[in-house]
Formats: sequence, C-alpha cells, structure tokens
Amino acid sequence: MRTTRTVAALGAAAIAITLAACTAADAEPGSTASATSGAPEAPSEVTLVTHDSFYLPEDLIASFEAETGFALSVVAPGDAGALVNQLVLTQDAPLGDVVYGVDNTFASRAVEAGVFEGNLAEVDYSDVCLNYDLAFFADSSLEPPATIADIATPEYAPLTSVTNPATSSPGLAFLLATVAAMPDDWEGFWADAAGNGIRVTASWSDTYYTDFSAPNYGGDYPIVLSYASSPPFEVVDGEPTTAALLDTCFRQVEYAGVLANAANPSGAEAVVDWLLSDEVQAALPESMYVYPAVDGVDVPADWAAYAPLAESPFSVDPAEIDANREAWIETWTDLVIG
Amino acid sequence: MRPARLLLALAPAAFVAAFALYPVGVVLVRGLGGDGLGGEGSGLDLAGTLAVLTEPRTLRAMWTTVYLSLAGTAVSLLLGLPAAWALYRLRWPGARTLRSVLSVPFVLPTIVVAAAFTALLGSSGPMGWLGWDQSPAAIVAALAFYNVSVVLRVVGTAWAGIDPRREAAAATLGASNWQVLRNVTLPALLPAIRSAAAVTFLFCATSYGVVLVLGGSRIATIETEIALQLTLFLDLRAAAVLAIVQLVFVGAVIALTGAGRTVGLSAAATGGRRARAAQTPAILAATLPAVALFAVPAIALVERSLRTADGHSLANFAGLLAQPERAALAVPVGQAILNSLAAGAVAAALAVGLGLLVVTLLAHQSRGARALDGIVALPLGVSAVVIGIGVLLAYSATALGGSWWLVPAVQTLVALPLAVRAMAPAARAVSPRARAAAASLGAGPWRVWRHVDWPALRAPAGVAAAFAFAVSLGEFGATSFVARPDAPTLTTAIYRLLGRPGIESVGQAFAASVVLAVMVAAVMMVSERAASARALEREWGGRA
Repeated sequence: MRTTRTVAALGAAAIAITLAACTAADAEPGSTASATSGAPEAPSEVTLVTHDSFYLPEDLIASFEAETGFALSVVAPGDAGALVNQLVLTQDAPLGDVVYGVDNTFASRAVEAGVFEGNLAEVDYSDVCLNYDLAFFADSSLEPPATIADIATPEYAPLTSVTNPATSSPGLAFLLATVAAMPDDWEGFWADAAGNGIRVTASWSDTYYTDFSAPNYGGDYPIVLSYASSPPFEVVDGEPTTAALLDTCFRQVEYAGVLANAANPSGAEAVVDWLLSDEVQAALPESMYVYPAVDGVDVPADWAAYAPLAESPFSVDPAEIDANREAWIETWTDLVIG
Repeated sequence: MRPARLLLALAPAAFVAAFALYPVGVVLVRGLGGDGLGGEGSGLDLAGTLAVLTEPRTLRAMWTTVYLSLAGTAVSLLLGLPAAWALYRLRWPGARTLRSVLSVPFVLPTIVVAAAFTALLGSSGPMGWLGWDQSPAAIVAALAFYNVSVVLRVVGTAWAGIDPRREAAAATLGASNWQVLRNVTLPALLPAIRSAAAVTFLFCATSYGVVLVLGGSRIATIETEIALQLTLFLDLRAAAVLAIVQLVFVGAVIALTGAGRTVGLSAAATGGRRARAAQTPAILAATLPAVALFAVPAIALVERSLRTADGHSLANFAGLLAQPERAALAVPVGQAILNSLAAGAVAAALAVGLGLLVVTLLAHQSRGARALDGIVALPLGVSAVVIGIGVLLAYSATALGGSWWLVPAVQTLVALPLAVRAMAPAARAVSPRARAAAASLGAGPWRVWRHVDWPALRAPAGVAAAFAFAVSLGEFGATSFVARPDAPTLTTAIYRLLGRPGIESVGQAFAASVVLAVMVAAVMMVSERAASARALEREWGGRA
C-alpha cells in the first residue's frame, strides 16, 4: 500500500518534470539554446517588444510573416515608461529582438544605457493633449478650460484625470508640457492641482478607458489626458462627442530600434522595415491613434475634421529632458503622490 | 563534520549561495558601489547612501511598514484568538471542517488575496461604498485575512494541548471563568500568542503583492518601495539601501521575538472538550468575525470571476484558454497555468531533495549542520523582491540569462526553509541508537539512511512537497522579476491582467485567481487530511 503510494508519487513527479522540461524548451526560443549548441540555426521567430497600446491588424502581421518567413511574436511588458525600464533591466538578456514604442520623452534613458544596436527610426508622432467631454460642458455652466494653468484650479482639477509620469509616457509628456508652459511655476501648478484633487492613474488606458465620462466609456472625469488624434474615435452617429484642447499639447515621437544582444538581428531589421512600410504606416492612425512619420502616407479623411494637430505644441529640448527627467519626475512624485 | 557529510552539505549550501547570497550581494555591491545598472562604479558613496535613508519617501515607507504590520497583527489576534478557542478548545459538529477551511487563507497566494479584496472593495465591488479602495484599511483587512489562520494554527494547537484538568481544578477551587482564563489559560498560552504575533508581524512586514495591488501608487512599504525604486526610477542604490533596511528590520524582529523558530505548519489538532449547548452564542460570537473575514472576500472574488459585460457566466474561465486581446499577455492564461505547475513541480522536487539533505545532517546534530540550517533559512529573512532583482542582475549576462529555470530556482529558495521545517522534527526524532545498531550490523551509511531515517521521513517529506509546491505556485515577489513576459506564471499573469482596463481582462484576472486558489487549497487540504489521518492512526495505534 505504502509502496504503491510512493511509486504513484514518483510517477507524478516524473510527469511534472517532463512537463517542466517541455515548457522550458518552449519558453526559450533561440537565445540560450543557440548559445550552447555549437552550430547556430537560423532563427525562425522574431520577437517584437512593445507597449500595452500596440495593435496592428492581423492581415498586416500575416503578410509580414509570409514575406519574411519569420513568425512574429509580440511581447508587451507594460506602458511605454515601464517598457523602457524593463529594456534597461533586461538588456543583457533582452526580452526580444526589436522594440517599437519608445518615445522622445524616455528614449534617451534607454539609448544611454546601451539598450539599442544602431540608430532609432521614427515611426509615428502624435500630440499628447487634454481631451474633454463635449456633453458635460454643454450641460454645465462651466466653460471648457482654456489653458494648462486652468487645470490646477478648484473648478477643473477635480474633473481631470491624468497619468503618472513615472510609469506612463503621455504622463511624462504632459509633465513636460507643464514645464514648457510654466517654466517658473510648474511646481506650483502641480501642488495646486494635487491639493484641488486632480486624479492620477498609472497608465493612459486607465485614464482614458476607465475614467473618461465620454459616452463610449462612462467614467467620472470629463477632462482626461489623451491625444489630439483621439476625438475621431469618439464620433457617435456622425457627431463628435469629445474634443482635444489644442493649447495643452506636447508632441511625442515614437521610435523603433534593434535591441543589442538580439537573438535574431536580421529579423529585427525586417520588423523595422515593415513598420516603416506604406501599408503599416497607412494603418497606424486607425490602429494606434497616431500620425505616420513617413512622408506621403495619407491620413484618414475624418482626421482633418476631428483630429487637427496642434499648431504650436509645447516642446522641451531633448538634452534638457535627458538632464532633468529623473529630477522632474521625483519632484512631481513628491508634490502629487506625496 | 566528516568529509562525506560535508559533501552532502555542499548541495544545499551551494544552491542558497548561488541563488540568494550571490545575487543579493550583487544588488548591494552594485547599488552601494554606485555603478547602478550599467556603466562604471563610482565607488562607495556614503553621502548618497545616507541621503536615501533620510529622504521623506524612505522614512514614510518605513513608518508605513511598521504601522500596517502592527495593525495587521492586532486585527489578526483580535479575530484569531476567540476563534482559536472555539475551534480548537471545543469540540462541536462542524468545528473540524471549519478549522480546515479557515486554515486555507494561510497558503493562499498574496496576489489572490489582493484580487479578492479588489473584487470586494473596488469601485464596482459589493462593498465599494466603503471607499476603502487603495486605502490602508483595505491592506490591513487583507493582511488579517491570511494571518488569522496563522494565529489559529499556532495558538489553536497550543490551546488544544492545555491539560483541561488544570482549569477544572482552578474552577473547583472557586475561580470564576474570567479568573481561570486570566490566571491559568492565558499564562499557558502566552508563548504561543507571542510566537503567533511575531510570525504574523513578519509576514505583514514582508508582504509584497497585497500592498502593491491594494496600495496603488499612494501607499508604499519598504518591500514595495524597493521594487518601485528599481522599476520606476531605475535607482539601484536606493533599492540596495532599502534592502539593507529591510534586512536589519527583519533581523531585529527575529532576534527580539524568536519568530521563525516555531512556525507551526500543522492545522491538525486532537483533544479539546465537547461544547455545551449554552456555549452556542459564545461560539458564534467567537467564530463569526473570522468566518466573515474569510467568506466575504472569497465570495466577492468568485462573483466577480463569473461577472461579464452581459450577466454572469463561465465566459471568463473559458477565456483563460484563448489568446488575450491586444497584447495583454503574450500567451493564454492556460499556458501560464502550465508554466506555474511545471515550475512548482521542479521547485517542490528541489526543495524536498535539498531539504532531506539538510534535515538528515541536522539529525546528527553537529555544529556545521546548525550553521547549514541557518544558511538555508536566510531567504526567509531577505525580501523576495531583492532576491528576484538580484537573480535578474546576476544572471542576465550569463547562459542562464532569461532562462525559464530561474523561476523554479527562486521559488525553491522560498520553499526550502519551509520544507526543512516540515521535516526536521521527524528527522530529529529518529533514534541515534537505531542508526548505530544498523551500522554495527554492517549497513553502510546509505543503507542506514534508507532503512532507518527514510521510513520516518517519508510522510513528512510528502507534506513538505505539498507545501513547497503550494508556496511555489503562489510565489509572486521574486517570480515577478525573473519570469519573462512571454512565459508568465499564473501569479504574474494575474498581476498583469488586474492592471489592464476592460471588464474582460479584469474578469480573467479574477477567474485565474479562483483557479490558483483552488489549486493551492486542494494541494494543502489533501496533504493535511493525509497528515492528520496519519497522526490519528499513530495515536490510536499507540493506545491499542
């Protein structure tokens, strides 16, 4: 009886360990396997590391796979800010071969750490702006805010949801917009905004999908941090329901690049070329709410009507971003999160 | 220690050295040495180190750790002590079942506990009106949720063991119920209460998943602050300084209280006396709060796992097998379940194998063996987050970099001390004379072990394996740093899904939490049933 039980337990353990071995084999495409075996095989898979908001139509991915012969697997460790930090933490054993979605607010951190092999390619750009719910302000005696400074007031701060600049790239973009708009008083702005009850979430999707009071979402905040290109997606029955505040914008550029220590560098190059191809560039507005960076690619017709770009977006010199980013984020954290 | 034994001791010692001491050393040296995450070292910077210590964020994290842990311990004792009396001291229909149900939260993964309280207290939860979402109150409730069962186990078993004749004698001599409790029962229980409080305090102070999920971005303890400093600010120095703070803090608690020496793993208890009908109201009053603290979040979790955009169904569970939408996870949750089972099996096998070596050496009571016991217990005191970070930094540039095997390796570290504690009493109980007799009859050391030690160790090894397996399945702190996004475990998948918008992702997170809870609870209940059946068998066998 006892022996049977022991044998059964050993059997179960053996099965479990076999299972483990299989899983381990599945989970290690190329990297260590090819490093240990003498003759490296040509990798058949290429891994794209990107942010949470990545989306491209299935047929574009299928045509990439058909043309190049590489199977594309997509890994998203978090929002754009978390993405950069993950890339730095894992640079010796990278999470994949190629990155898309690192932007001009965070890129220098990764470049400086030596995460990339070669140069970054501009894939798309967008304006990070406050958006507002048209119906809310139509029903309210309150006018929509006119400037960034208005947001810190007791009237607007409790109506506004923004994202944490430490974890989210639009959040950092908006922090930079406040620095550019109020170089001498951005700290006072944030102290007031926090005191007056501005809401802060960890990521853009929390703010936009969960908090926004626009008809498609039904949250509690009529002013949220998003993009100039968001309103076309909120057109209901031919009528816009939201608008962007074009005087609150920061221009954000997203890059793609090959990772240092990539297991499949040629596959990584192929992914970058694919992202810059006319087909993917044309699909970017509808898929990810951004403008294509390659000249001569058409944007959808309703974008002209509902998603004009800011005429003079705020900007901060990349060298200045690089020198101050951590200090600004820490100051912000002390002021707002406490 | 004789050379052969030294050789045996090498395996567990080398394992702990490779996956705990060396990685933690890497964090400390690179962090304090100022080389951060790349680049050249700028040498030890004392001013920078002190600056981290006196920063408001750091001081706040320390204070938060202390008050959350004190509050968590107080609530756990407040609910746990009366329930221990009703469930362990008294015998009544259902007491045994309730006892085994209430021992479950202890082994539930913290990420599941966090998910359950999110389901209950979140804005769309049944008790969302309390406004406790992302508040210290929610964290304290969640800490008490799994620590009440620690109090039950440690104090309950002690209470059941008190000789009832002493209390009866005091009562006969005219002592009131209150006097009996104060002068006879409580003094006898005090060591157990102290021990339960110390262990609970330690568990609260090192809790990661619960604080991370329920605290949002506003509440940080030392443990979550270590992770935040690294993942948000890439500040390895701050992480290293905080790791030392955590180490000193935990060390001080252990030194002051002797916690950890007496972690009772068994929920099995015999004895107690039959409850009188008149005690029914007292029993209800003593058990209901503890039962409610367990049942309400558990029910909320199950309800939310069934809730979909259009009514209640099993859609979230079915969704676990499908590829998640929009890159929420690289693989279906079903694959994460397989990853977790595989890692848990490897970790359990390793923990029991290495643990058997340790307890066998311990049974010979040499000084070296006690040192080994101390080394193996080290990971209990070091923050799991620091181990995870250390393993990530130490092995990324090696052949093990990004390897799946690092997941079971860090889980083994966490499970090993527990496996040793589950088996050590049985190993110590083996009579040295039996070994000597076998040896003098010509048996070699292996045959002696096989025929004298192993029969006594077999049953505890089963319990240890189950415990190690369950702990590995639920491990989150270290695993979250070494599990790759393309091969998540169940715990890292749940964390990821909890943070994603949309009713589908969150629904799947709750469904996955239910699956994980059921897996862990089933493993533990089966093993404890078996253990208590064996205990009964022994007891009655001895009397017959």
